[in-house]
Parts: sequence; structure tokens; C-alpha cells
Amino acid sequence: MNPTAWAGSATVGMATRARWALIDGLAAAERLITKLKHEPASIALTLGAPVVLVVIFGYIFGSAIKVPDGGNYREYLVPGLYVTIAANILPPMVTMARDSTRGVVDRFRSMPINRAVVPFGQATATAIYGLANFLLMALCGLAVGWRIHRGAGYALIALALLVAFQIAMTWVGMYLGLLIGNEEAAAQTGIVIFPITMVSNVFVPTSGMPAWLRLLADWNPVSALATAVRHLLGNPTPVNRAWPLEHPIAASLAWTAVLLAIFIPLCTVRYARSRR
Amino acid sequence: MLDDASSNPLKDGRQDVNMIETEGLKKSFGTVRALDGLDLAVPGGSVCALLGPNGAGKTTAIRVLATLTRPDAGSARIAGQDVVRHPGQVRRRIGLAGQHAAVDDDLTGRENLFILGLMYHLGRRGARQRADALLAQFGLADAADRLVKTWSGGMRRRLDLLASLVVAPPVLFLDEPTTGLDPRSRAEIWATIRTLASGGTTILLTTQHLDEADRLASYVVIIDAGRVTAHGRPATLKAAIGTRIDVVTGTAEDLPVAVAVLSRWATHPPTVEAGERRLTAPVAADAVTLPELVRQLDAAGVQAEDVSVRRPTLDEVFLNRTGAAPARAAGSETAA
Repeated sequence: MNPTAWAGSATVGMATRARWALIDGLAAAERLITKLKHEPASIALTLGAPVVLVVIFGYIFGSAIKVPDGGNYREYLVPGLYVTIAANILPPMVTMARDSTRGVVDRFRSMPINRAVVPFGQATATAIYGLANFLLMALCGLAVGWRIHRGAGYALIALALLVAFQIAMTWVGMYLGLLIGNEEAAAQTGIVIFPITMVSNVFVPTSGMPAWLRLLADWNPVSALATAVRHLLGNPTPVNRAWPLEHPIAASLAWTAVLLAIFIPLCTVRYARSRR
Repeated sequence: MLDDASSNPLKDGRQDVNMIETEGLKKSFGTVRALDGLDLAVPGGSVCALLGPNGAGKTTAIRVLATLTRPDAGSARIAGQDVVRHPGQVRRRIGLAGQHAAVDDDLTGRENLFILGLMYHLGRRGARQRADALLAQFGLADAADRLVKTWSGGMRRRLDLLASLVVAPPVLFLDEPTTGLDPRSRAEIWATIRTLASGGTTILLTTQHLDEADRLASYVVIIDAGRVTAHGRPATLKAAIGTRIDVVTGTAEDLPVAVAVLSRWATHPPTVEAGERRLTAPVAADAVTLPELVRQLDAAGVQAEDVSVRRPTLDEVFLNRTGAAPARAAGSETAA
């Protein structure tokens, strides 16, 4: 509106820059949240998924699955479903791929905003949306007999681990979305990504898997997180001697830290720099 | 330059100084040379059209100027700020509207502009007011609260244009602003561009539509294979390219006679459309007047139904220029 204000903005202090970065990030977050508000169908689909998963796995597969060392299978399953929500990289991937094909990323790049801050804002928005998903999953879980056994304190730690992991996976998703740069292709990678959560202890304990597959499943970051959450909630946690599953909280934090350390720089650099 | 001191720093010397300048700009993608030594100079407050066929390097030029692509060689400055060394400074001075409408389909028109207003730090109230003002000014207020995916192509393109105007930048880049639009939408975009130009915004637009360049631009730069093949005011370019004679004869028998008459001035053999009994011949500028032409045809016994002497369309200029052998670089640099 007033170009003069922009001309002066070249020589400003750190505090002002930080404040502007915050404003840019919040605007990017608000953009995604506003978009979600307009997509009741997609919200219903995302929020409806937990119900479907609980029914399919809890009652159909679950009727034939026995948890070693005893325990209710649905109490074993629900923490695993939290993890599938946290590990779902598809939405940020598709959003980012769409933005880069439609020229939205280029528009932001041509604006005097802090480029690195936009993905941060989008990660924040995804985390907020994720919280709503966890809450809904919890309600489904309570309805089928899942309970928190060790109190609110540990439950909050479990939630913190889930949210942290989800933020890390959002960065992975955003980076892959930029890399793929094609909305349809990004949406189709869901088929490739699905087995990653399957090869883990999310749905069934790994003890029955062939040795080579079990090695993969035990070292899958998703398994460590599921074990940590089960442990913190007091849900059935079959004994497993694999290192990440003996130290599930440390392993979850380590995986989260590694993913963030790799993908935040990759994604922000990729976002700021154009390919063409 | 005398009155510069009074204005704000972005508007310095609008009338006298080049707001957009490039020298020897080069950019390759693999083995493809998108830009091959592009020189541009666009004076402040003018509308310049970058005209060229697909793959001529128009979009790459815009992307370099808008700090989206780094040039391999050469330099480019916007309002005196180098695009590579001071991209932040450049971004404060430019607006970009792309070939593909870069607006969010999943937001309403108002939300699109509001979010951009937030990113330009106008504040929540400021962003809302600016969005309202733009939508009202450019006739999109009625659709403003509908999701953009329900809008027509022309409306989306106009919104894309508005999105580049949230902070009224002094320099505006429009990459094929009307490609794929119906005539009515195109006229609306043209009107918007004229409004902006009359407000003093320096505009660089790319186009394949020759009438678009002719109607909007005060200066036309024809590029092919990443370099300038001709540049000048539309009228100057046309003059440099000569004059055209059109003759429609009454009978087919008259055609060869008319060809013979026209050949006295023609710089290239006349083209004949036998079915319409129409001849078109290029001649040097002002080589022959209309009365003289009519007299000569009459003397040769040609029954002419229609005779005209006209300046070439930009289409003909365009074909003439980009059809020229690219190797003849030195001679074809300037037509003006």
C-alpha cells in the first residue's frame, strides 16, 4: 500500500526482523488452516479414518490376533494408530507439491518475506491439525476399550513425543513434495509410503515376523514411537530385545532429532531456491 | 532528474532513469540456451512488451528479473538494485503475475489477498482493507467470498494480477497475462494494465499476442533464441519494416498484370491468394503513394476492386524478425 515503508525496511534491527519472520510464519500457518476450513469433506475423511481403522484392525484383524504376554489387542492397537497419524506425511507432501506446481511458491519467493519461515508456518499448521486428529482418535479409542493407565503426566509426555514426531514427518513430507513437484504424483506415493507403517509393530508385534523383516520392523522409527507411547500409557507392550524397543523414548527422540536435523535444512534451502 | 529529491526513493527518476536494465544476460538449462546475451532497458513509467515465440526466453527473462532464477552471466538491475546481489531490495520493488494464475484455489478471493497483505506486514486490519479496496476497484467484489476454484479463468487471472498489487509495487512483471483468455477477459486485463500504467507503474509484460503488444506497450522488444532481434516503438518497428500493398482484382485474368505492376516497388515477390484474387506485396517505407499506385494499375488495365497501402501489422514485423537467420547477430540487433 505504501511503497515507502518497504524502501526503508532494508536497514532494520534483529528484533524487527524476528517479528516480521514471526508474522510471515503465522500468515503461512493461517493460510493452511483457512484452506482446511473450506474443505469439510477432506476433514471428514481425515477424521473419519481413525474410526475405520479401529473397526478394521480392532475387530476384523484383531479378532484373530493375540498379543504376546497377554493384554487386550485394541489397547495394543490404539497407540499404534496414533503413530500412523503422526507418521502420515501425505498431506504436507501434497500441499507442497500443489503449491509449487501452481506457482504459489514462486509468488512467495518473489515477495520480500523470509522464505525459510513459510515452511515453518506450514509445519505449525499441520501440528495444530494433528492435535485435532489425536483427540478424535482418543475418543474412538475410549469407545472401544482403550484406556490411559499411568495418569495424565505420562500421557502428556506421550502426546509430546507424538507431536514432535509428527512435526519431523511434516518436514519430510514438505521436502518430498517440493522434490516431486507434481500434485498427482505426490498423492500417488501414498501407496508406496503405506508399507512403511505396516513393517513395524504398529498393528502386530514383530515377534512372529521372519528374521530379516523383523530386523527392519524393530528398527523402524515408527516401532520405537509406538512402543514408547504404549509404555507411557500403560498399554500392552510385548517384550522385545531390540535396542530401540528397549529404550523406546530415547530412540523416538533420537529419530525425531535426526529427521529434523536432516530435513529442516534440506527443505528450507530447497524452498528458498528455485529449480528452474 | 531535478525533481527527484522530493519523491520517495522507489520513484526516483521515474521518467528519466531505466527502472529495468539488463546487460548480456545469459542462462542455460543443460544444453538449451534460454537467454543468450539479453540486453534490455525499460524507462521508468513505461510499458514494455517482450514479444517472442514459445521458447524465445521470455519467461526465463522474467524469472531472472523477479529473482526466481540466477543468471549464469550478465547483470540485471531493478530500480538500480542488482537482482543477484540485492534480491531482497529487488523484491521490495516488484510485483509478479505469472502465466499460470498463482492464486490459491482453496481460498476465497478475499482470503487470498488478505493472506498476502499479512505477509506484506499491513497488519490484520490493513490487509483486510487493502483486499476490500482492490476487489472493489477491479470489479471482483461480488465474487470475493467464493472459493477461487469456482471462478472463471479470466477472473482468476485478474485476481492473480491483484495479488501482485497488494503493496502497489513500482515495477510489475506480467508473464503472458492474457494467454488462454477469451476476448472479453482479455479486454478486462488490458483495461487493468492501462490503469496501472497511467498511475506510473513500470510494466514489463511478455506476450505472443502481437495486437496485445501493439495496444499496450509504448516500447516493444522482439526476442528470439534468448536475444533481442529488434526493438523500438511499435510505430518505429513497423516503419523500419516498410509498407504493404494489398490489391484485390476484379477478375482472375488481371492477377498476373497486377503482379507485374506491384513488382516495380516490391522488395519481395508479391504473395498471391488466387481464390480471393488478392495480392500482397512488401515495399520500402513510402516507396509509393496510393494515388500513384491506382494510376499505374489503371494504366495497365487492371480492374481493381480494392487497393490499399498500409503499414504492416506487428504480426508481419514479428514474422519478418524472428524468421531472420539467428547467426546474423550484428546486423539484426536493431531495427529502430
